[in-house]
Amino acid sequence: MNRDEIRTAVTDALGSVAPEADFATLNARRPLRDQLDIDSFDFLNVMMRLHEKLGVDVPEADYPKLATLDGAIDYFAARLAA
Amino acid sequence: MPSLGADMEAGTLVEWQVKPGQHVEHGQVVAVVETQKGAIEVEIWDDGVVDHLLVEPGTKVPVGEVLALLHAEGEAPVPRPVPAAVPPSAAIAEKARAPEVAPPAPAPVGAALKVSPAARRRAQELGIDLTKVTPTGPHGVINIEDVERAAKAPAPAPSKPGRADRLAAMRQAIAAAMARSKREIPHYYLGTTIDVSRAMSWLARENEQRPVTERVLFAALLLRAVAMSLAEVPELNGFWVDGAFKPSRSVHLAVGIALRGGGLVAPAIHDAERKGATEMMKALSDLITRARAGGLRSSELSDATITVTNLGDQGVETVYGVIYPPQVALVGFGKVVERPWVDSGALVARSVVNATLSADHRASVGHRGALFLAALDRLLQEPEKLA
Repeated sequence: MNRDEIRTAVTDALGSVAPEADFATLNARRPLRDQLDIDSFDFLNVMMRLHEKLGVDVPEADYPKLATLDGAIDYFAARLAA
Repeated sequence: MPSLGADMEAGTLVEWQVKPGQHVEHGQVVAVVETQKGAIEVEIWDDGVVDHLLVEPGTKVPVGEVLALLHAEGEAPVPRPVPAAVPPSAAIAEKARAPEVAPPAPAPVGAALKVSPAARRRAQELGIDLTKVTPTGPHGVINIEDVERAAKAPAPAPSKPGRADRLAAMRQAIAAAMARSKREIPHYYLGTTIDVSRAMSWLARENEQRPVTERVLFAALLLRAVAMSLAEVPELNGFWVDGAFKPSRSVHLAVGIALRGGGLVAPAIHDAERKGATEMMKALSDLITRARAGGLRSSELSDATITVTNLGDQGVETVYGVIYPPQVALVGFGKVVERPWVDSGALVARSVVNATLSADHRASVGHRGALFLAALDRLLQEPEKLA
């Protein structure tokens, strides 16, 4: 799975909890929580969807690495390559 | 039409999920009603057999209106109310009144409209707009057959309120409930800072062993601690009605849930005192999902005995809550933050949260409220008990 496919998986999962999100204008280096108004329940749902889609179970300890869109793509790219 | 909260005056029946002759059980969803809080599934509170559905889909009726008649197993079916009789709404909802009391006069429908009294009553029962009925009787008088023919015509689809309308209506509903709260309830407020380091590391260890689908959010652990602490201070759990406090044996824990676009609902987790942390998380997850997608149940919006508001995700540290009448207390949690803390004379960094209690001074005193917050603190130091 290449970075574009990972990006699509992540934005699809985010879009399911924040349907009004506009990923064209999202700053990929700023925290997602501030830009998309997602709470911890939304974030857990995003993790569940990505687990389903990518087969990666993200431990809670790694959540800080997923704070931004770029961070999330880097994280899943590394996990999937391992 | 059930009251789905102190702020509701009317609801629109969207669909029936049962038919006449069908057996129904306590807790079964029998209808869907559209309110400011979205589409709500209405549950029935008795076992029995449905005799008559009295309200057509698409009809807006006030709270308290009879929607259907049923009889208990082993009893005789209820006869279909005849047009000349007192309308079922008056017959059932106002049993205390003498049966010969005339039903409330329908709103005048214009001088030009000629309607037989029986047709008028029938139209009211069926929720038919008389101005839309074509008279076939002599002298242009609308008779009962005209009304029943109009009733058989396909009901107009209930208008789906737009998102903006829904939010405006919800804002009105919140305004009414909160204005009533501040007008009627003498609030007192208590707050304390609780060290939640142990509880958080306990939960982190639990979650490490669980797949992502089974993880428990800290918010669910706080709900669990609130439900357990209420056993020690029952005067915070219940309703203030008719000038007296009515305690509730069960804890129906309402959770303030923000909706995208600015709405707010506070549906209840039923029997929260019997739910462990994992069950509480499942219930919370189910409730948030249905609150945001539609599909809350009538009981969840009408029988909450206390409310918890958690604004930690929004970054605030302290919540000063407004009680949702007729409840008598609201527990608020802010953000979990790292703070310097003194433990046995040593300065350490700890994760702490501000817990607040807004309570109705008619139902409890500050001393008891303080005991509740102390119980909450104590429980959070022994997280194994919250499992």
